[in-house]
Amino acid sequence: MQNQQDVFFQDKVDKEIRIEPKDWMPEKYRQTLIRQISQHAHSEIIGMLPEGNWITRAPSLRRKAILLAKVQDEAGHGLYLYSAAETLGISRDEMYHQLHTGKAKYSSIFNYPTLSWADMGVIGWLVDGAAIMNQVPLCRSSYGPYARAMVRVCKEESFHQRQGFDILYTLGKGSEAQRKMAQDAINRWWWPSIMMFGPKDDESPNSIQSMKWKIKRFSNDELRQKFIDVCAEQVKVLGFTLPDKDLKWNEARKHYDFGTINWDEFWQVIQGNGPCNKERLDARKKAWADGEWVRDAATAYATKKTAKNKAA
Amino acid sequence: MEHEIFMLNRIEFLLHLADNALIIGHRNSEWCAHGPALEQDIAISNIALDYIGQARNFYQHAAFLINELPHESSVFSIPATEDTLAYLRDASAFKNHLMTELPNGDWAFTTLRIFFFSSYQYFLYQQLIQHEDAQIAAIAEKSLKEVTYHLRWSSDWVIRLGDGTTESYQRMNTAINALWPYTQELFQENNFLQPTKNILAQIQTDWNEKIKNIFEEAGLHLPEKSVQYQGGTKGFHTEHLPIILTEMQLLQRVYPNCEW
Repeated sequence: MQNQQDVFFQDKVDKEIRIEPKDWMPEKYRQTLIRQISQHAHSEIIGMLPEGNWITRAPSLRRKAILLAKVQDEAGHGLYLYSAAETLGISRDEMYHQLHTGKAKYSSIFNYPTLSWADMGVIGWLVDGAAIMNQVPLCRSSYGPYARAMVRVCKEESFHQRQGFDILYTLGKGSEAQRKMAQDAINRWWWPSIMMFGPKDDESPNSIQSMKWKIKRFSNDELRQKFIDVCAEQVKVLGFTLPDKDLKWNEARKHYDFGTINWDEFWQVIQGNGPCNKERLDARKKAWADGEWVRDAATAYATKKTAKNKAA
Repeated sequence: MEHEIFMLNRIEFLLHLADNALIIGHRNSEWCAHGPALEQDIAISNIALDYIGQARNFYQHAAFLINELPHESSVFSIPATEDTLAYLRDASAFKNHLMTELPNGDWAFTTLRIFFFSSYQYFLYQQLIQHEDAQIAAIAEKSLKEVTYHLRWSSDWVIRLGDGTTESYQRMNTAINALWPYTQELFQENNFLQPTKNILAQIQTDWNEKIKNIFEEAGLHLPEKSVQYQGGTKGFHTEHLPIILTEMQLLQRVYPNCEW
């Protein structure tokens, strides 16, 4: 019986028929999606911190408004994604608990510090750029609620990417100090950004099954190469350089060759030893703990009101 | 000469409106990513964004009027822009009410401040819609839509926390006692407030009525007697404003004359 359901399920996936919350699905498919969607939601929420950090210091009112709107968008993305994950039978509180206890992961990129205004530009250009590269194929993910959430997320992300590019473009046309600030930010964020695509294909244990289920459409290395090819060209428009002496166009491959990624650093950060892992998680835990009395009061008030309405 | 004094007063009035919006917007923006629930994080960031937008509109109009002044009489550096006005004035030049610059405190303090302040703006902007300066009237009309939401949202929180748990009730009372001394400054007359002189008393009456109604629904009480602080509109601030400005103006001060 189970076997027949499996076959039927895979057949639907192969025919590109979307899987919806009430449809039968293999338990491992459900678990994989919960892990991936909640991890994505957590990344949005944790990602608010390094950028939120610069809202009060944005150098013009226009930039301040744009940045504030952007960080608010990220909260919105977190909200749709938590909702999409909830359709798989897990509550938001439970996902928060997994985040706060370190059971659930989030994108390692947010464990790096934002040290200057230029970091707001680089996060938009590179980090959101890499996220878009990863996420556009997810708009065709086999799971309906996830795919639909991603359509909206991707639209907003592409705005963010352009805004980031615009910050860097302006800095590139600015003073020597501004150019230095921007190059320094690119140097710090480049390698962590290309690590965002995850481990190399031969070290990515979940990839094959995810591709078969059409949760994932392209391999980590394919997406990483595509991203590097795009950035290697865009950086010329900005008038800066990428910190990789091995970066070179390969005419035979029709791709850019690039240097060796420091995978040791990648695994270190995933294991919690990045520069800001503790700070980021502590900030989330604090917001959650500080908000407890507020949530309790809201619940108590709602309960009283319902009781009053019933009595009336 | 008389016209110049008139215009200077109008500019000061615009700066006062803009500073209020910018500083309370700054405080609310500090909540972004730290709110008690995701939906509320979005709501308060949105309110902060509305305030920054209001500040920009008022600064832009002030900058326009400043740039029209005869050069020899201008006390402002020219050409003025929204950014020179926000980023290159010192605390003593800021004319915001003291209430807006106080640190956020907890969620009770923050939502109560928005309630007190948006009630004030709600009645003020209704008057400003009829302002003889068409630009002020237009900004007031646009802002009133936003403020109406801020008022509804913050009223809901005052009621919810007042009538929630014992802890939330106590926290709301602590917030009332901390904020009440800064409420009467909202209705203080001032030279540049002249165009609104006659209406301040009416705003105060409406404001009192609004506060009373919401407090009643929340089961909260007004403090009987309290000290009242003032000075913000004259440039005498709390210690908190210079710290806000140090943070906010950092890049413009360290890297002068740059495009961002």
